[in-house]
Amino acid sequence: MRTETFSYLPLLSQNEIAKQIQYIVNQGWTAGIEYSTDTDPKNSYWNFWKLPFFGEKDVAAIMEEMAACRQANPKAYIRIIGYDNIRQGQVHSFVALEPEEQN
Amino acid sequence: MPDKKLFEAGVKDYSAEGRYYYSPGYEPSDLELLAAFRVTPQEGVPFEEAAAAVAAESSSGTWTNVWSDYLTDPARYAGRTYKIEKVPGEENQFIAYIAYPLDLFEEGSMANLLSSIVGNVFGFKALKALRLEDIRFPAALLKTFQGPPHGIQSERDRMNKYGRPLLGATMKPKLGMSGKNYGRVVYEGLKGGLDFTKDDENVTSQPFMRWTDRFKFVMEAVQKAEAETGERKGHYLNVTAGDMEEMYKRAELAKELGSPIIMVDYLTVGFTAFTSLSKWCRDNGMLLHAHRAMHAVMDRQRNHGIHWRVLAKLARIVGADHVHNGTVVGKLEGDKASTMGSAALLRENKVKRDLSRGIYFDQDWVSMPAVMPVASGGIHVWHIPELVRIFGDDVILQFGGGTLGHPWGSMPGAKAVRVATEAVVKARNEGRDLQAEGGDILREAAKFSPELQVALETWKEIKFEFETVDKL
Repeated sequence: MRTETFSYLPLLSQNEIAKQIQYIVNQGWTAGIEYSTDTDPKNSYWNFWKLPFFGEKDVAAIMEEMAACRQANPKAYIRIIGYDNIRQGQVHSFVALEPEEQN
Repeated sequence: MPDKKLFEAGVKDYSAEGRYYYSPGYEPSDLELLAAFRVTPQEGVPFEEAAAAVAAESSSGTWTNVWSDYLTDPARYAGRTYKIEKVPGEENQFIAYIAYPLDLFEEGSMANLLSSIVGNVFGFKALKALRLEDIRFPAALLKTFQGPPHGIQSERDRMNKYGRPLLGATMKPKLGMSGKNYGRVVYEGLKGGLDFTKDDENVTSQPFMRWTDRFKFVMEAVQKAEAETGERKGHYLNVTAGDMEEMYKRAELAKELGSPIIMVDYLTVGFTAFTSLSKWCRDNGMLLHAHRAMHAVMDRQRNHGIHWRVLAKLARIVGADHVHNGTVVGKLEGDKASTMGSAALLRENKVKRDLSRGIYFDQDWVSMPAVMPVASGGIHVWHIPELVRIFGDDVILQFGGGTLGHPWGSMPGAKAVRVATEAVVKARNEGRDLQAEGGDILREAAKFSPELQVALETWKEIKFEFETVDKL
C-alpha cells in the first residue's frame, strides 16, 4: 500500500523530515500534523494533532510535536501537512512516520 | 434640405475621421475587451488603414457607407485601434491594439465572441495575413463565464495529491485494442504509480472498441488499482462524440461508474459543446480534461491564425480543469518562454504584460479557478528534473512512451516515473539545484529502484533539437 507523495521513496529519516518541514516554513506556509490508522484514499480527514502550527518557524519545535504525536499514537500513520492561506488550501502532504512494529 | 448631407453613399476609408476605427491615443477603459493582432497588409495598404479595417470588420463596420448607420451611435459600438507597433525585423507587419466595447458581446457566449473578433475579418481582402496574438478579457465579461469546473486546488483535494506534479500516461496503441486489453494497460500504469491514464483524442467509440466496453473495463482497472495501492486514481474517459446528447450519455455513464474525470477534445467539438460539457461537469462533481486536437491548424503559423495563448485562455474561461500546453524541454528558448507564458495564463490570478513571454496585456483573472497545464509527448525520466524546475508542482506530466516503453512493461515504467518525480521533488525541497544536480538526483534514486535504473539506461542521450516553426 502507498500513501501518496514520497511513498515511493524509502521512509524519510528524521533529518529528511526536518528538511521538508523547513521547506514548508520557508515557503511561508503553515505546517500541521495529522494521524490516522485508516489510510483509505476516500478518507480525507485524518485526526488533527493539535491545530496547525500557525506562525511557528522553529522546525525543531514541530519535530517535537511529531514525536509527541508518535508517542501518543504508536499504531498510527503520521503525516506532515503544509497549508497556504493565500491559495487557501493544502499544498504539501506526506507520510513521515508509519506505525511502529506490532508485537 | 441641409447644405451638407450626413449620409453620402460610397466607400469611405476605415481610418477616416469620425469613424472611430483608427483612434491613436485612445485610452481604453477597464470595461473593454482588448486584442492584439499581428497584421500583414497587402502591398500598398497603409498600416493605419489596415489597422482600422481590422477594428471595423471585427466590430460594427461594413465596407460601404449605409444610411442605417445613422440610426445608431457608432461611437458606442466601434472597435478602436488605439495603438500600432511595427514588428521588429519584419518589413510589412505590425501589431494592432484594438479596444472593443463590452456591448458588442453576449454574456457567457464564447461562440458569439469568436464570431466577432476572429470572424469575417480573417478573410478580409486588404490583408495578406492576420493573427490574433492575445486578448485581455475585462473582469466584467470574465464574470459572465464560470471557468474550470473545479480548478487546481479542488482537484488536489479531491484526488488527495499534494506537493508534486501529477503523473499520467496516454494509452497506446491508441487505436485497435479491445476494451479488455485497453483496461489492462490502464491497470498496469495506475498500479505502477501513475495518478491518471488517458484516452487518446481520437478514441471515442469505434468498431474495435465501443465506448461502453471501454468505460466499464477501464473503471474496473481504476478501482482495482485504487484498492491495491491505497491511492486515488483516474482515467480521462473521452466523451467526445458526434452530438451533445451522446456526450451527455457517455458522461452520465462515466459518473455512474465512479470516474472522477472525463475528457473532451475541446476544439473539435466546438466552443458551445465545450461550454455545455463544462457546466455539466461542475454540476456533477466531475473533473474535465481538455485535449487540444486541431490547435496547430490555428496556432502554428507565425503570421496567420490564433496564437496558442489565446486558445489556452479560452480553455480557462469556458472551463477545463486540465489542458495540454506543451512540454518545454528540449525546445528552443523562444518557444520555451511562450509555453511558460501560457502556463502563467492558465495558473495565475494576475498576469502582467510581458513581451518576453509573448503576453501583450495585463490579465486579472478575478479569482477564476486555475487550470492544470499538461506537458505531454516525447518526455521520459531524464527530463523530470528540468520539468519540475520549470513548471513546479502544478502541472500534469504525461509519459506515454516513457511509461509503456519501459523494457519491463508499464507497471515498472510507471514506478520508475513516480520514483524519479518524488526523488526530484524531495531534493528540490531540500534546496538542491535541479539544473546542476538533476542527473545525480536520478542516479541516487536508481540505487533503490531497479525500475528507474533500467529506465535511465533505456533513454539516456535522447535529445530534441528541431527548429520550432513559431518564434516570439
